[in-house]
Amino acid sequence: MELFKNTNFDFLGKKWPFIIASLVLTAAGLGSLAMKGGPQYGIDFRGGVNMYVKFAQAPPVEKIRSSLGAKIPGEITVVEIPGTSEVIIGTELNDEKALDAARRTVEDTLKSTFGATAGKFDLHNTGAAALADRLRDPLSRAGAGLSDQQLTDLAKAITAFRDGNPNFGLLKSLDQLSAVPGVNANILNVMKQELALSPFGIRQVEVVGPKVGAELRNQAILATLYALAGMLVYIAFRFEWIYGAAAVLAVFHDVIITIGLFSLFGKEITLTVIAALLTLVGYSMNDTIVVFDRIRENLKSMRREKFETLVNSSVNQTLSRTVLTSGLTFVSAVALLLFGGPVLNGFSFALVAGIIVGTYSSIFIASPILIWWKNSMEGRKANGGPEKVALSSASKQAAK
Amino acid sequence: MDKNLRFKAIVIAATILVSFYGVFGIPKSKDDLVKNFQKNIKLGLDLRGGSHLVLQVQVQDAFKAEADSDIERLKEVLNKQNINFASIDRNEPATLAEADTIQINIKGVAVDKAAALRSAISDGFDAWVLSSVSSADYKLTIKPTKALELRRDTLSRSMSTIESRINGLGLAESTVQQRGGNTNESELLVQLPGVDDPARIKQILGTAALLELYEVKEGPFANREQAMLNFGGVLPLNSKILRSPAKAEQAEAVYVVGRTPVITGRDLRNARPQQGEFGKWETSFTLNQDAARRFGRFTETHIGKRLAIVLDSNIRSAPTIQNRIEDSGRITGAADQQDASDLALVLRAGSLPASVTYLEERTVGPSLGADSIRQGLIAGLVGLVVVIFIMLAYYHKSGINATVALVLNAIILIAALAYAEAVLTLPGIAGIILLIGMAVDSNVLIFERIREEIANGKGVIAAIDAGFSKAFLTIIDTHVTTVVSCAFLFIFGTGPVRGFAVTLVIGLIANVFTSVFVSRFIFDWEMSGKKQVASLSI
Repeated sequence: MELFKNTNFDFLGKKWPFIIASLVLTAAGLGSLAMKGGPQYGIDFRGGVNMYVKFAQAPPVEKIRSSLGAKIPGEITVVEIPGTSEVIIGTELNDEKALDAARRTVEDTLKSTFGATAGKFDLHNTGAAALADRLRDPLSRAGAGLSDQQLTDLAKAITAFRDGNPNFGLLKSLDQLSAVPGVNANILNVMKQELALSPFGIRQVEVVGPKVGAELRNQAILATLYALAGMLVYIAFRFEWIYGAAAVLAVFHDVIITIGLFSLFGKEITLTVIAALLTLVGYSMNDTIVVFDRIRENLKSMRREKFETLVNSSVNQTLSRTVLTSGLTFVSAVALLLFGGPVLNGFSFALVAGIIVGTYSSIFIASPILIWWKNSMEGRKANGGPEKVALSSASKQAAK
Repeated sequence: MDKNLRFKAIVIAATILVSFYGVFGIPKSKDDLVKNFQKNIKLGLDLRGGSHLVLQVQVQDAFKAEADSDIERLKEVLNKQNINFASIDRNEPATLAEADTIQINIKGVAVDKAAALRSAISDGFDAWVLSSVSSADYKLTIKPTKALELRRDTLSRSMSTIESRINGLGLAESTVQQRGGNTNESELLVQLPGVDDPARIKQILGTAALLELYEVKEGPFANREQAMLNFGGVLPLNSKILRSPAKAEQAEAVYVVGRTPVITGRDLRNARPQQGEFGKWETSFTLNQDAARRFGRFTETHIGKRLAIVLDSNIRSAPTIQNRIEDSGRITGAADQQDASDLALVLRAGSLPASVTYLEERTVGPSLGADSIRQGLIAGLVGLVVVIFIMLAYYHKSGINATVALVLNAIILIAALAYAEAVLTLPGIAGIILLIGMAVDSNVLIFERIREEIANGKGVIAAIDAGFSKAFLTIIDTHVTTVVSCAFLFIFGTGPVRGFAVTLVIGLIANVFTSVFVSRFIFDWEMSGKKQVASLSI
């Protein structure tokens, strides 16, 4: 099977519609950024409290908001994660001590508002040590006294059962615990008396103070800039400096468009998204280098051709590779977007968008820059002196 | 098989064996296989659950404490040498950055005592520099070298205290380190893998756990004002007021106690939880020999009076001394057993020299980790299957070649992670999934080149040769560029981003080996022994 055989599309002749599309996308992205006052940073960079809480049924968003709003000053955001029964509860940025207090208040309020029946112990939001502690006396009263080691093992087995596949943190009923090794009818009975299942479980907590947030943001920007500079230097060293500049400009274009898309779709920029952005930088660079490599090679064998023709055939020669590789990487990224879960959503979104933009930027951004530069150099040389003019016209004659 | 080919076969077989050993060890049974795998592949906090905490040591607390103890000492010295003064106090540095600005103010010293004051300071207080503010007023500022020393000392003591508290909790694999690697950095990074009760741990790490036993001069009083009223509005010399917070069985109260504690947490030999009267949990402690002697003398002379047991400036209880106590005491009022044993733990580990605040907390519950692993695996498998399917459809028999290289690439990567004891994080899994796509790129580059060479009329063997050597240059360029960007990610990135960079770099290196070396070997092996090869399934 072969997709493209000896193609000869005039890519560079049709560059304008793509360049215009790029400009429109960039403008839309930048416009959205300007309207929203810069990128929408995630908690990593902004600072604040985020708690991911999973509910057994559809989360009572309004009730969460009102119960927390009464206890915590400032705005409380409660965002549902689509396709799940999870919510992200966020509080406003504040100094470290207030953030830490807010985190505790959210936890306590959730427990008192939605928590298990009074007097019983909530199995969904506890650790193994606390569980063992709670069960020790009731078990020995019921004549099922265990040694400390046995008790610890039992508690660990119960929490592992609760957290593992397929429960992932929330049990439907305490009867399910009979499946845990070491639980007999007597123990189960005691647990049913002592424990209760609240309708929610706290899955993840992020508390980032303003100092750390600012630090992380600076680090991310620095990392991106240094990575770009490093690549520019390497390509300049392997090719010519204009190749490096063209490649970096193309990649910069990809990053701007992707960040713009994040803003348009209202997605947050987090640390993981930065990792994805840097991956797409590497990936788009990869794509550009393959084309440039072909140009460098063809410069030896096709010296007589016009530079634009040469670039065009280089793009055509690498076309099936470009399409196949981009297609396959795209497939991996889409798999990640569809099956990777909410945690990886931002990451895979950046990759999916970045792969599309990154692939065409090698052809329609990086290559035209190269041609434009070579042409303007030729022009300058032509005006430079009589000898050089003679030489270049001689070579043009020869080409004919 | 020629010699060169045999050598390559040995290298590849050895790599596969070493990789398998790294991941699975030498399994003797099926259970062993799984157990070794779980032991060798270390999961990051985000996959197995746990907490990542950044805490900042409020070094200025230690500076204030140092100044306070020196003020007490200075007052004694000046009294002894008959150098009269109106007052000695200190300023109140509020933040970490202001710690060095700590200053002791000495006011109202007679002019003819200036020389005596100078020599008293230079004899006994070499951490301070004396300068005059006016003819009667002086200030002491801390010497920069001493400030640095105090800062470092505070940090290292805080770190070791936190370490011993974590060890006391029995949390294996936890780490405490200074953030940024700079010894002056006042931030500590605490990683607690597998912790399922982070709120409790935070509480334990953050409490100052400063235990002090004071002599009660008067009390209890209902509030501060009443206590002051009792003394006509002026507290007696060498005394201060401490609060006893409201508890279930008693209301809030204040006591007037001696200024300096009789016994402090440093005098402790041991502390443990126990069940006291009515089955209530409490924490008992024993004193070391030296302190026990002091405590014995003190209790003997104060029978019938009260003793305040103070934890972090709050009076926990103020029992009446019934008889001479040698070496032990107990702190009542624990909520439950865990509360009592937590207190015993922090007392054993010692008090923090300065308070701490939490700058950052990232906690992943174990259930989320398990969920993420499952989703990551599904995404990875779906991606892998689709990619392999397309490769086989597009390149026919050579697609098998690419598939072998791809799978081997993944195995080497996982083995390298196991050998390097690197942890596998969620972005790391994402890196592996991404690598599936990038690994394929190398094969595509090579195969497309071979097809081109065949189309240009080259023989199969020559085309394979040319295809590999021409594509090699491109592969090196693309890989090195990505490695360069990963290097910057590693240098400037933090936790999860670093994990991603490490995974990707290892994967890229393994990829050069599998797509160039292994894939070439498979072609050569297929061609070996055949004089003339008419066609290639590509």
